[in-house]
Amino acid sequence: MAMTDTAAPAAEIDRSNMRVSDEVAISIENLNKWYGEFHVLRDIDLKVMRGERIVVCGPSGSGKSTLIRCINALEEHQQGRIEVDGTVLSSDLKNIDKIRSEVGMCFQHFNLFPHLTILENCTLAPIWVRKTPRREAEETAMHFLEKVKIPEQADKYPGQLSGGQQQRVAIARSLCMRPRIMLFDEPTSALDPEMIKEVLDTMIELAQDGMTMICVTHEMGFARQVANRVIFMDQGQIVEQNEPEAFFTDPQNDRTKLFLSQILGH
Amino acid sequence: MSDTHAQTAAFQASFVREEMVAASPPPARDRGVVKWLRENLFSSWLNVILTVLGLLAIWWIASHVFPWMLRGIWVADSLSECREIRNERYGEGVGAACWAVLTERWNQLMFGFYPQDLYWRPVAGVAFFVAALMPILFSRLPRWTLWFSAAAPFVAFWLIWGGTIWAPVVVAGGFALGALAYVALSNVNQIAATLAAIVVPVLFWLFAAGPLIGALQSAIPLAIEFVPSDDIGGFLLAVIIGFSAIILSLPLGILLALGRRSDLFIISKVSVAFIETIRGVPLIVWLFTASLLLNYFMPPGTNFDLMLRVIIMVTLFASAYIAEVVRGGLAALPKGQYEGADSLGLDYWQSMRLVILPQALKISIPGIVNTFIGLFKDTTLVVFIGLLDPIGLSNAIRATTAWNGIYWELFIFIGLLFFVCCFAMSRYSMYLERKLAREHR
Repeated sequence: MAMTDTAAPAAEIDRSNMRVSDEVAISIENLNKWYGEFHVLRDIDLKVMRGERIVVCGPSGSGKSTLIRCINALEEHQQGRIEVDGTVLSSDLKNIDKIRSEVGMCFQHFNLFPHLTILENCTLAPIWVRKTPRREAEETAMHFLEKVKIPEQADKYPGQLSGGQQQRVAIARSLCMRPRIMLFDEPTSALDPEMIKEVLDTMIELAQDGMTMICVTHEMGFARQVANRVIFMDQGQIVEQNEPEAFFTDPQNDRTKLFLSQILGH
Repeated sequence: MSDTHAQTAAFQASFVREEMVAASPPPARDRGVVKWLRENLFSSWLNVILTVLGLLAIWWIASHVFPWMLRGIWVADSLSECREIRNERYGEGVGAACWAVLTERWNQLMFGFYPQDLYWRPVAGVAFFVAALMPILFSRLPRWTLWFSAAAPFVAFWLIWGGTIWAPVVVAGGFALGALAYVALSNVNQIAATLAAIVVPVLFWLFAAGPLIGALQSAIPLAIEFVPSDDIGGFLLAVIIGFSAIILSLPLGILLALGRRSDLFIISKVSVAFIETIRGVPLIVWLFTASLLLNYFMPPGTNFDLMLRVIIMVTLFASAYIAEVVRGGLAALPKGQYEGADSLGLDYWQSMRLVILPQALKISIPGIVNTFIGLFKDTTLVVFIGLLDPIGLSNAIRATTAWNGIYWELFIFIGLLFFVCCFAMSRYSMYLERKLAREHR
């Protein structure tokens, strides 16, 4: 795992839109999940306000991916209550599809659809889920492809793009659904070092637009720059959370101290 | 000064070209035909021996078969006449094929006992059907031509069996009603719409279709001579059973594959039971079931067309195999594709139709076509339940006094008929794989 400050603090960040409101975007209460006998999430309580940028980190196997995958029901939880944007997650499929169409998600391996062009990847869900007319969906898609700076690749297939470009397409594809919340599951872990920056820049831009974001990532530079809260997980529990500055300079928990010394030590 | 001097000395010590050498061709033994022969046929002594033996074997077979085929006699009324002509032309004991059996019995091999004066109907029906398949097979054709493809089964049915035109029209109307019911309800509830799309046409066919066909026929009589299934035979029969089963088994197989992977316990177990039962029993047993046993399960008095029963059985049999092939394709897709589709809010059928199946079917093409080829050849098994497919007819032909004792010519011809169809399918599958590989990368 590349866990370093690869993204050097670049240009000054425009914080004018990065406001945390007092409206709750996601509320997780008493969440428990098991994989068979293995208790992967234990009594998680988390409230995410609209406009928050949260970075979740922790050693592998600590349940951070599982946690954010519970939010859009890619993983089923056994106990607890998850409320996303006022909708309580239940086993009702309609309900799940509604939440998924409001919550965007980016994966470690992009998960673009290789049989569709970049543009078709971006218009698929708006056309079929939102019933947007094709023309309008294509305009929106081009808008977001421009935003992630690859409009010229619209007619190519994902296999023809580099990893960084694919991940930016994946972000654009999520944005085309106009989500109110974005989840990132280790978006840069599968990328070559020189491509990490282009993806992080896109994510920073998204944060500057005021998007509510939860990112599982080991990019501590990104956490410092953009996050307003860093959450540290270990053994399926949230063991520490704080503002980035305090989190990095003054960790309280021993496990956090060890983790930070390991990833920042070299 | 001394520096330059030292340099010149160093250069002189090493080799330097003063004139560039023009490019020359490689040595003769590494060029063109010679190179190819050396690499592919004579690369070692063992290979030289094998090459010579192989060439001898090919020569031996060809020198026996080709003269026999080319000396073939095309016009004669019986095998004995064939032999007389041969003795006259080439002398006693010389091998000569008697193709006359094909020219004399051509119609029977092709159409069975279909009325002679109506041969244009199956020819037109099959030709229209094949032409209407093209828009499905080749996506470059304009999309509106797909309407022909939709109409083709009904047109072909009417041309081959005949009877009133209102029968296929009303059956097609049932499908249209189902589509209407789906569209009408799809905004209210997806599940209700899907159910309605199945239930409405079935009810229509069971209760309304019969009287409606009668009424339409008496109002506007439009009918051609009816030909019963018993009269249909020969290669036409193989094509009808093969094509119908191929076209029907693909969607059924896909549904079974999805069913087997379903999270819903009952659906998944029913699919598994169906697939394993069908696959675990030989096709010939299912065909005997179709011909002998199925009527016991029907209400007394119903006489279900034997050919229809065979088509249903062959379809079910092939769909079990298709299901397993498609399941392989579904399993080969990375989990991320399912999650990618899910995370965008696509519902199950949307994600299957738009994301998963296009990719899974692409992976499964070789296996699917393999199953189709097997199915098409298996149609010859219907000979055992008394249908007159080409094999059945060849038995009948060989049982006549005129052609008693003829084997090779008939079976070579029948083999060739099947080979042409199967080879075409195989080539199409390779074309499709190449095309999809190019498009998707």
